[in-house]
Amino acid sequence: MNILEVENLQVTDMNTGQIIIYNSSFRLKQGNCLAIVGESGSGKSVTCRSIMRLNKAWIRQSGDILFKGENLNHLSEKEMRKKRGKNLCMILQNGMSAFDPSCVIGVHLRETLVEHFGWSNTEIEEKMKKAMESVMLKNPIEIMNKYPHQLSGGMLQRIMIALALVLEPDIIIADEPTTALDTISQFEVVEQFIQLRERMGCSMIFVSHDLGVVKKIADDVLVMKDGKIIERGDIQTIFSEAKHEYTRYLVSTRLTVSNHFKKIMGRV
Amino acid sequence: MGSYIIKRILVSIPLLLIISFLTFVLINLSPLDPAEVVLHAQGVPKITDELMAQTKAELGLDKPFIIRYFDWLVACLQLDFGNSYVTGEPVWSLIGPAFLNTLKLTVVSSVVIIILSILLGVVCALREGTIIDQSVRGFSFFLATMPSYWLASLMIWYFAVKLDLLPTNGMDSYRSYILPVAVIAINYAGIYFRVVRNSMLNHLNEDYVLYARACGVPERKITIHILRNSLQVAISIFCMAIPIILGSTVVIENVFAWPGLGSLSVRSILSRDFPIIQAYVLILAAAFVLFNTLSDIINAAMNPKLRKGL
Amino acid sequence: MKILRSLSKDRLAAVSFIVIVVTIVAGIFAPYIAPHDPNEVNMKLRFAAPSWEYLLGNDHLGRCMLSRLIYGIRPSVLWVLGALLISVLIGAIVGFIAGYFRGKVDFFMMRICDIMLSFPGYVMTLAVVGILGVGLKNVLIAFILMKWAWFARVIRTSVMQYAELDYVKFSKVAGMSDIKIIWKHIVPVTLSDIAVVSSGSMGSMILQISGFSFLGLGIQAPNAEWGMMLNEARQVMFSRPELMLAPGLATIIVVSSFNFLSDALQVALDPKLISSTNRLQEKEVATKKRGGKIYEYTRS
Repeated sequence: MNILEVENLQVTDMNTGQIIIYNSSFRLKQGNCLAIVGESGSGKSVTCRSIMRLNKAWIRQSGDILFKGENLNHLSEKEMRKKRGKNLCMILQNGMSAFDPSCVIGVHLRETLVEHFGWSNTEIEEKMKKAMESVMLKNPIEIMNKYPHQLSGGMLQRIMIALALVLEPDIIIADEPTTALDTISQFEVVEQFIQLRERMGCSMIFVSHDLGVVKKIADDVLVMKDGKIIERGDIQTIFSEAKHEYTRYLVSTRLTVSNHFKKIMGRV
Repeated sequence: MGSYIIKRILVSIPLLLIISFLTFVLINLSPLDPAEVVLHAQGVPKITDELMAQTKAELGLDKPFIIRYFDWLVACLQLDFGNSYVTGEPVWSLIGPAFLNTLKLTVVSSVVIIILSILLGVVCALREGTIIDQSVRGFSFFLATMPSYWLASLMIWYFAVKLDLLPTNGMDSYRSYILPVAVIAINYAGIYFRVVRNSMLNHLNEDYVLYARACGVPERKITIHILRNSLQVAISIFCMAIPIILGSTVVIENVFAWPGLGSLSVRSILSRDFPIIQAYVLILAAAFVLFNTLSDIINAAMNPKLRKGL
Repeated sequence: MKILRSLSKDRLAAVSFIVIVVTIVAGIFAPYIAPHDPNEVNMKLRFAAPSWEYLLGNDHLGRCMLSRLIYGIRPSVLWVLGALLISVLIGAIVGFIAGYFRGKVDFFMMRICDIMLSFPGYVMTLAVVGILGVGLKNVLIAFILMKWAWFARVIRTSVMQYAELDYVKFSKVAGMSDIKIIWKHIVPVTLSDIAVVSSGSMGSMILQISGFSFLGLGIQAPNAEWGMMLNEARQVMFSRPELMLAPGLATIIVVSSFNFLSDALQVALDPKLISSTNRLQEKEVATKKRGGKIYEYTRS
């Protein structure tokens, strides 16, 4: 069953007249993880933001975005807002800038949860405590009272994942969550994402330009270049029998790096 | 937070000392001999050398420089700024009430400016690019090129003479505040609302706004967050605005015959009354440093990252 | 020179530039341009309305307003420009030395600047005028003394950006003398920043200095100066308000021109300052693109 169907999504910049996304169409199956890969500027983030209708004012989008049968593009802003967070959750690339720097992060968590569920402060604390402990964050109450600049990028990412755990959305859109992290944090965060899927059984759209991460977590892959989807398929096919030249180029460059590493380690 | 406040205040003390020293030096650089000024003001027809020497001794001008400085400093801390060369009255009795009057004008103007700047800044930022935004910006640009005394005179002529609504001068009732405050407010709000507007525009494009929206937080609460962040810059600028307005009411006071520091200082300059000029500079420079310190403290209170600075 | 090219594309900036040049030229050649002697008193013509002979009418002493306005350009604009240039020069010298050599020299000079800047500008100017006495010369000296520290700070920041660049280091290694490096490499690039800052300050300096004359602390009668003319006009404001128009409008026009020019220079030098509004309008401009820089002009 397809939880999300995107048909003929076209995104234009009204200022310059440039077309950012050309006629994209893809499906997200329930419980699956769809990875969108491509270089910087290929339109991956814009696609994600378009699904949630969070583009800048001068960006227009057209087409159909069917979420559980409902066309998101036709909803009013008010109805769309209700869907955001509750049904569609987004996890940003840079944890440091995702939170208001002048407030402790507890404020954002509280505002979100109050808006969707109307819980009291104690309930929120309890639920967030459990979620944060399950993403390996020690002293969750202390963390909730800290400012964003006092926490590391990895911790902030995990807080965003914890919030997603509590919100229990149908789709989680992760926009390059590991790009701003060091390798060790990357590993930990990817582990969290995998567990998130297993625990919640939600569907995921995972955007990345790192094929290594994609290989670990994704079921299906979309390859984008310059605003167009140039290849799609499941993960095995893409890595072994890519049809498009560009995909093969991406895969081969990635493989070269790991092969080089294996050769060195092999020698040792 | 407490330690930051203490450290910041301690840092400003040497600055105040230096300012007081420089003020003292400044006054003593005058090509005119103060004894001569006093004698002139007293109407003495023929000034002989012994008369000058006598006056100098009276005024304590024959002591060495450093001693004079310290005497003066100690006296200032007790609010004894000496006597006016012209009228012989204690300086504080002249400056005190004038200062109060100017302070009243400044405080009222500042409140109006802050409210006006925030309102205009927020409205223009939220409606960026629309007719409202463009017209406010264009209009304020135009107003900033007007000499304040010209604007003041025009307003006096229109409201007081033609329409006969408001008093033209003096400080009688609350109604006499309206025109001077209006002129000062128009002058400064035109500049400061831009600061608020630009700050808000910067924050509207930040990631945390995107994330909050993505989590479904209502627009109302997001706007409050944006406001809180953008006003930080504005508040420190407002803090510095107060002493600036305090110092530059000179022209407005002149036009509206407001009995404040500005009028007093102009009169003292014209009559070369040094003690008053000295006290005037000292008080305002001290106010400047004070408000600078206050603005830094407020900034640190609002932005936790700055507290590590010192 | 690409600055001039971008400027000429913006009509408003071009108009402002022309206005300023015309004003300066008129001021320099005032004796040849002004129709009458600005100090010529003619009591029969008191408050006369504009006529063919006296294009802007006469003031309370029967003097020709237009001539006074033209002669007034000298103290109101030309001398202010001179004071600005001297102030910028001093600030530039200090800024270059501090920004280029860094270290103790920089620290020492910046402490001095800090102290100068911690005095409220207007108050100190009043104080200096109080010490030295009234008169335009003293007012200008006071302004120069107050403003140089601010220019020094700004120029130093600009210099520091460029002094760290590789080509400067290369020149040092190659054995070029410091003065030569500063002159050949750093001055040309910082010139644009200096131009923006100076033109931005010019407007406020004109306003403040004529403010001083308005108070009677600047130029003394019977010389013509726009601030002083306004003061004289104010005294007869209730009976003859029209006398306030000419000097006021002249001030507004010149100050706006300087402000527009400064804004245009700023945008020409830093295209990031284009607001998102004008990004919407850029679609129309894009069709008129001429292979050079596109930019739109905003006054914010």
